[in-house]
Amino acid sequence: MKSFFLALLKSRAGLFGFLLVLVFIAGAILAPYLGLPSPTRSSLTARMVAPTWTSLFSPGAHPLGTDELGRDILSRILYGSRTTLLIAAGAVVLGGVVGTLLGIVAGYYRGMVDRILMRIVDIQLALPLMLLALLVVAAVGASSQNLVVVLALTSWLRYARIIRGQVLALREREFILSAHAIGAGTWRIMIKHLLPNVMTPVLVIATLELARIIIMDAALSFLGLGVQPPSPSWGRMLADGRVYITTAWWIVTFPGLAILLTVLSVNLLGDWLRDYFDPKLRTAR
Amino acid sequence: MTRYLLVKLLEAVVAIWGVVTIVFFVSRILGDPTVLLLPVGAGPEEIANLRTALGLDEPLWQQYLYSLLAMVKGDFGISFQHVRPALDVVLERMPATASLAGLALIFGTLIGAIAGAIAALMRGTVAELVVMIAALLGQATPTFWLGIMLILLFSVELGLLPTGGAGGWENYILPGLTLSVFVSASIARLLRSSLLDIMREDYVRTARAKGLMPRTVFFWHIARNALIPVVTMIGIIAGELLGGSVVIETVFAWPGVGRVIVQAIQAQDFPVIQAGVALVAGIFVVVNLLVDLLYGVLDPRIRRG
Repeated sequence: MKSFFLALLKSRAGLFGFLLVLVFIAGAILAPYLGLPSPTRSSLTARMVAPTWTSLFSPGAHPLGTDELGRDILSRILYGSRTTLLIAAGAVVLGGVVGTLLGIVAGYYRGMVDRILMRIVDIQLALPLMLLALLVVAAVGASSQNLVVVLALTSWLRYARIIRGQVLALREREFILSAHAIGAGTWRIMIKHLLPNVMTPVLVIATLELARIIIMDAALSFLGLGVQPPSPSWGRMLADGRVYITTAWWIVTFPGLAILLTVLSVNLLGDWLRDYFDPKLRTAR
Repeated sequence: MTRYLLVKLLEAVVAIWGVVTIVFFVSRILGDPTVLLLPVGAGPEEIANLRTALGLDEPLWQQYLYSLLAMVKGDFGISFQHVRPALDVVLERMPATASLAGLALIFGTLIGAIAGAIAALMRGTVAELVVMIAALLGQATPTFWLGIMLILLFSVELGLLPTGGAGGWENYILPGLTLSVFVSASIARLLRSSLLDIMREDYVRTARAKGLMPRTVFFWHIARNALIPVVTMIGIIAGELLGGSVVIETVFAWPGVGRVIVQAIQAQDFPVIQAGVALVAGIFVVVNLLVDLLYGVLDPRIRRG
């Protein structure tokens, strides 16, 4: 653990990503306590107020300006990050658990189970993930829970494929064979012996998937299929602000910057984790 | 090679069948289109009649078999919105999507390959740093936001290029640029790391030790092998471009398949959704088939194995 953080401190890019991720999480958690205007309160007298950099710390001002309904953009971005991060984290956990377990099962049993599972992966891969997400969200409705499930659905196969490959190699190793020999059950071998040995790649895939899912979530809400108003969401802010692009550039600029910085920091952290734990994963993805 | 080809073809057919099946069942959950199609205040009898006419009151499995059979013949039904064959509605939008995605793929790959090669060959220089930072930013930027920002700069502020729509070549610049950034960022990063890996291989050292010219070593021993993961990546990117067309075509009001699919989903126009998604998936499967073949050419082990 100690050497892990030492290595992190030495890598500038990894450390930058890590710190930025921490800042975003802190911002999302602390949003209600920062004394910001409510993200949903509109004000007719304060519509499309331009950003004022100097007013960052004066109460009641709008450092990033306001939108077409007079809502504070900084506040909407921070509150929007709560929804985005919760949905994305939920999808990563769900997709990761399902994908990892299926990958272990496929790699361990091989044969028919493996073939069927990998065929399903191939079929799903033939459908561009964005189209799949769009279709399913349109069909089941865009609630937060549904979004988590749909985004997880686009994600599980990446774990399943890579973990299956790892397990195929692991199952021939001696510690698995000896677990067999002393009569350990299938479940025990999979959970106690195989799972701990694939946790590292799972962690690396999960971080990189988090970045991809944040973008996909924003794209869905850009198309009107994300969390529904009045809850603020980054993609929705972009879609709504696009109409006012000629008069108020800040409405579309800042939410996009928020997405960019979040994805960038998660990617930097993910790349570093991958290089730290297992440089071989680089081409496996 | 023939066996390899046949297996890949069979896999492609199974994949398309799977996609069509998924789309059929998911679009049936979307809801009942009859209510949307009839004028407000239509009686229950009219609704029932239309349902019969559209074949919506037959058992689900029967509808599924019928439409599967029809789809094999290229018949996806009549679009509820446009009242003409759904496949036609989608097919006539295909050139717009394909030309944009193709342009972005070619340009993006070229730029990405050059940048990636520069970064790998000039390891530790400012050039590598610049390429890597640009690629990291390019990968983290959501395409739809980049598109909006380019519109803001080139159309709104400078007034140089159209904000959207199709027409002349100038309409291709902004959406093409937006997508190329995404493509070249992925290619540059992958090619750099793949080149660096290969340069460390023993056979490269051997080739150098034999006294081969650096150029020969680079093109015949390094580049050829480093391209294998890049070719896989191009397949993946093609899928993201096709899927991402729903978003980018919305940003640029581009009259392509992605936009038609989004509109069809909003209008619950099942036949168009099915035709559109099946077409996109079909193209994607064909692209991946080509990628697999190219793979076989680059790496003889795959062909024979």
